[in-house]
Amino acid sequence: MMRLPNFRFVAPTSVHEAAELLTSSSGDAMLVAGGTDLLPNMKRRQQTPGTLVGLRHIAELRAISNGDGLTIGAGLTLADLVRTQKVRESYGALWQAAAQVATPQLRNMGTLGGNLCLDTRCNYYDQNYEWRKAIDFCMKKDGGTCWVAPSSTKCLAVSSTDTAPALLALGASITLVSANGSRRIALSDLYRNDGIHYLTRQPNEILTAVHLPESTGWRSAYWKLRRRGAFDFPVLSAAAAAKIAGDGTVESARIVLGAVSSRPIEVAPAASLLVGHALTDEAIARAADAAAQPSRPMDNTDFTLVWRKRMTRVFVTYALRELRGDDVRDLRRRVSRQELL
Amino acid sequence: MNIIGTPRRRVDGRAKVTGQTKFADDVMLPRMVHCKLLRASVPHARIVRIDASRAAAHPGVHLVLTGEDFPIPYGILPVSQDEHALARGIVRFVGDPVAAVIARDEQTAADALDLVVVEYEALRTFAGPADSLAHPTPRIHEYGDTGNIHKLVSLQFGDVEQALAGADRVFEDAFFYQGNTHLPIEQHAAVAARDPDGKLVLWSSTQTPHYVHRALAKTLAMPAAHIRVIATPNGGGFGGKSDPFNHEMVVAKAALVLDRPVKICLTREEVFYCHRGRHPVLMQFTTGVKNDGTITGMHVKTLLDGGAYGSYGVASTFYTGALQTVTYHIPAYKFQGCRVFTNKPPCGPKRGHGTPQSRFGQEIQLDKIAEALAQDPAELRLRIVEQPETLTANYLRVGTIGLSQCIRRVTRAADWSNTFRKLPHGRGVGLACSSYLSGAGLAIYWNDMPHSGVQLKIDRSGGVTAFCGATEIGQGSDDVLVACVAEVLGIDPLDIRPVTGDTDLTPVDLGSYSSRVTLMMGNAAIQAAERARDLLADAVSRKIGVPKDRLVFADRRVFDTEDGSKGVTFSEAVCLAEAAFGTIGTVGAYTPPKSAAKFKGGGVGPSPTYSYSAAIVEVDVDPDTGWTHVPRVWIAHDIGRSINPVLVRGQVEGSVYMALGEALMEEQIFRRLPPRLSGALVHKFPSMLEYKSPTTLDMPEVFTDLIENPDPRGPFGAKEVGQGPLLPVMPAIANAVYDAVGVRIDEVPITPEKILKALDAKAAGKAPRYGPAGFPEIPWPEPLRVAPPWAGGDGTADDKGLRAEGKGLNAESRTPKATSVPS
Amino acid sequence: MVQITLTVNAEPVDAAFAPYKTLLEVLREDLNLCGTKHGCELGECGACAVLLDGQPVLSCLVLGVDCGGRTVTTVEGLASDGRLHPLQETFADLGAAQCGYCTPGFLVTAKALLDEHPRPTRDQIRDALSGNLCRCTGYQQIYEAVEAAIGQAGPKGPALRDTRTDASSVRRPGPFGPGTDQSR
Repeated sequence: MMRLPNFRFVAPTSVHEAAELLTSSSGDAMLVAGGTDLLPNMKRRQQTPGTLVGLRHIAELRAISNGDGLTIGAGLTLADLVRTQKVRESYGALWQAAAQVATPQLRNMGTLGGNLCLDTRCNYYDQNYEWRKAIDFCMKKDGGTCWVAPSSTKCLAVSSTDTAPALLALGASITLVSANGSRRIALSDLYRNDGIHYLTRQPNEILTAVHLPESTGWRSAYWKLRRRGAFDFPVLSAAAAAKIAGDGTVESARIVLGAVSSRPIEVAPAASLLVGHALTDEAIARAADAAAQPSRPMDNTDFTLVWRKRMTRVFVTYALRELRGDDVRDLRRRVSRQELL
Repeated sequence: MNIIGTPRRRVDGRAKVTGQTKFADDVMLPRMVHCKLLRASVPHARIVRIDASRAAAHPGVHLVLTGEDFPIPYGILPVSQDEHALARGIVRFVGDPVAAVIARDEQTAADALDLVVVEYEALRTFAGPADSLAHPTPRIHEYGDTGNIHKLVSLQFGDVEQALAGADRVFEDAFFYQGNTHLPIEQHAAVAARDPDGKLVLWSSTQTPHYVHRALAKTLAMPAAHIRVIATPNGGGFGGKSDPFNHEMVVAKAALVLDRPVKICLTREEVFYCHRGRHPVLMQFTTGVKNDGTITGMHVKTLLDGGAYGSYGVASTFYTGALQTVTYHIPAYKFQGCRVFTNKPPCGPKRGHGTPQSRFGQEIQLDKIAEALAQDPAELRLRIVEQPETLTANYLRVGTIGLSQCIRRVTRAADWSNTFRKLPHGRGVGLACSSYLSGAGLAIYWNDMPHSGVQLKIDRSGGVTAFCGATEIGQGSDDVLVACVAEVLGIDPLDIRPVTGDTDLTPVDLGSYSSRVTLMMGNAAIQAAERARDLLADAVSRKIGVPKDRLVFADRRVFDTEDGSKGVTFSEAVCLAEAAFGTIGTVGAYTPPKSAAKFKGGGVGPSPTYSYSAAIVEVDVDPDTGWTHVPRVWIAHDIGRSINPVLVRGQVEGSVYMALGEALMEEQIFRRLPPRLSGALVHKFPSMLEYKSPTTLDMPEVFTDLIENPDPRGPFGAKEVGQGPLLPVMPAIANAVYDAVGVRIDEVPITPEKILKALDAKAAGKAPRYGPAGFPEIPWPEPLRVAPPWAGGDGTADDKGLRAEGKGLNAESRTPKATSVPS
Repeated sequence: MVQITLTVNAEPVDAAFAPYKTLLEVLREDLNLCGTKHGCELGECGACAVLLDGQPVLSCLVLGVDCGGRTVTTVEGLASDGRLHPLQETFADLGAAQCGYCTPGFLVTAKALLDEHPRPTRDQIRDALSGNLCRCTGYQQIYEAVEAAIGQAGPKGPALRDTRTDASSVRRPGPFGPGTDQSR
């Protein structure tokens, strides 16, 4: 049986207390919410924090508030997020993304904040200590080489969060709290294209809430590529959102790619091609071609990189067709193994 | 027939749904300590030095063992005694056990592993068959046919060249079957302890306690009588727990040294290293047919990537060429097989053992042949199905054959005549068939003893205890045992307590492999029960004055068939018998019939009888992406007779499940880092997340049909069901993909990438196919020539000098060196 | 050592264990409840599922130290008043448990499903069980067992039922699908 390394556990009951604990622990502490990402990593000795700060007892992290848009506590479980009617009705991409994370049990445990801060993933990194030792480790942990591309000076581990591409398409921002105060930033600014330093979050900061803008007139969709209908992380995802006028003209749009880089990629040039046009097959094809340009999958996940690259265009097309209002139930059944309606 | 054929709750059902089934890792003993294995971090190296002193001095560590402590080798086959519990001198793959630490708890043991210093001197890494064929040295093992070729087989039954020359068409196709693994949800675990008398007890998640018993006695140099192996119910086996394993030897040794219980439970990563799964096989089929589809002759060549040890590999090699002849009539047949050693976890027997790979090739090639001859592939198969009760070209004696019924049932159910080649582009159906052994005709080691024994203890209270060495691995062997006894004695299955898989308590059964248990244990159980019934009937007959042959055993009573009121209860009958004959205990045994194959190598393939299956798979293939979705599978299986239809259906559907995984997503594959930077050769993803086993959402609807046509060789007519139904599914999917989008995927897994590549090739005007280009040159020995039965053969080789009585696996010291004669 | 009090299978329990242990390890090694199994310890198979405060979770990824005051239901707690839960009856009768190793995880997950949706559709069952891998059955007999338990698992607890096999409840596997007549 794989065992956790030793650690000290603290369970603060307020964000303030948690922030104080992080600050006082001199960088040796990590936050644990659902534990579904961190604990496997700890068992594989990818991370060995001396202190775990449990966030489960902080009620304010689970709050949902309506107002101008929607604010979601980062500690809400993905299952609770999926059960939230407002998310289902108004933020379809987020709902579809959350509903496809891992498995029902893991969604009962994992939180929105945890999914946004998910460690980047790589076939050379997400391995037991003994396995990593057999390749003399890698740049991301204990080694010097990025085996995905040995000449790379940068770690190429893959951003594998489902909810981030969806939330980026929805124009989300987040609140980060530390003992020194709080700051609200665009979610896009949370991410860096670096497999090791993939978050701009400071070690003493806690992601407390996600803010979604008013959604009137917007539609959104999330398509996830993975081998199986459950368990698997995305190896490509496409999130799209568009504000569509009564006559079908796109007024505003965002297209975001997930799992083809160390951060989710918003493809603004592709989205801008849609603005002022109806979502015709031609418009969708133009945008999908443009969206696929920055897709740079590497050979460190399931499926071959060439095929994943080629699927980028296809998955953006699926998302845009869904925005158009196409009946995608059969396609969903075949590709996502569920209808997600 | 009250019990046989009636759907019933299995005898161990309640234990399994209440969490009370005691698996190996559930064995918790006082004073128990825990073992972890240090495994090689390099693929192929000489061990220069091991320094375990710091680990041994680590607080909480009780013992450190290394290869020094295990001088005696073992291995499942007598011809492949090439494993040591801990490496001695050489490590042969990343994951090969090098040292063991036994400590107060698992975490302490794991911490201490890091303190063991091992210095390696790297040797050339053999990543695949191409390496092993190209470089005879350094040899991974000092035995084997030549260089790094473990085994070469060359057999010819009849004049194949002439048969091919006489064909209207000759088809030559190459296929590749990727390796995959069993992935039982239960990780291997074992606990060893001395019993109060000082003897050794091993509880282990093993399918073959008898073979583990033998291996322990050998390796530990202890009398077998002082060793007790208890096979705990396996949390899934599928062939992956049928070798004796390093960890079993290690905890046994440690328990003897420490005189306290020692436990090991492998991590999932380590289970991938134990492996013994499906060999990656490259193969070539050359088949001659007449214009009506009749086969004139077939030449099969296979190349198996065996991994680092022998395991069952010699048998696996033979199996890739053994069963082609039992489905369709093949008048002349040639088989050449080659297994190489490589620096990867050893391959071995996985559900279907060696036959799914070549069945994949054979059934796809038949589909191609049907297409080329403009024939319906179902009708073609119906025309060439082998005749029942015949000897095949390679001297396999087939019994009943329900294959034609299987084909008719699935084609009707799937509306084949209205779907095949008639569905819209992107949708397709494919058909394939198969056959499998109902138990291997020979034991792993050469002997003339029964393959299965059953003892009954019959109690005056009316209870019966049935003892048998068979191992419950989920397939329901305990249930089959009690069902057979209950049927004969006319009592309820739950009146019988099965005691199984315990070498102290139970008579030998060879184990849960080769689909042998139902047929062999069932026959032994019937014999034991009939002997008991005879005793009881004697006593009852005397008591109530009714002739013995008029007595019926049913409903827990023994009564006059002509007057039901005249009779006694079952327990009264036992009392009468006890009074008359003393304590009642009977035995039964089963030994398979002598094989007709008397040539060397003829020991692999014979079985008392064979099961048959046919499957139709429906697929949706997206021509733009290659994405494949399987909505439905129809499968018909010739079971002979269902002992418990609930279990039979479970085996069929479980086989389809495992087959779909193999066909579409599962791969045991490895990563070689750039050689200029690293010598590493590692399992690409030894985890349940990245080794893709289908979830509920990936599983199609399965429609199961059972062909009940009792075979006189089986208990109540039963044949096997645990493995055969897996076989037709993979080729049926490949054939369905062709029906859907017109490309041939001649390898598994059939992934969207490969389909798309084939579609690209088709669009570019190239061969609409994805698969291997050809078959390499192999230094085949001169084939052993055996005349088929219809050519006056008697099952012996033409060259009498090479004649050996089916002892291919057993001739430990008599393995002839292969003569390197190029083909 | 960590000491906590929690409710396990409707009984208050004091547990003392090494601080690094997960709920899975505490249940199996410290509370002697070995019914909960493990297949990977990394959240990749579902074998270790238990109900934590009524919700199915993977006990291999729950910190034991964080379980104070919580309510845990394992397979050992499904039966009540000496009677098996209807799901246990149907799983045993209908072949839903082959090797039985993944069964505890399936059972507790299915119980949570029926608690929330007393009459789930086949799709809801598939979805709810998508986090539990079974290598033996192909899942179909598991779906049928869950469906057969529908209506029997009322809020008052398991319905009265003889624990012996009721042959009439066992559907015969007929040609191409359960529930049809086998004779032709």
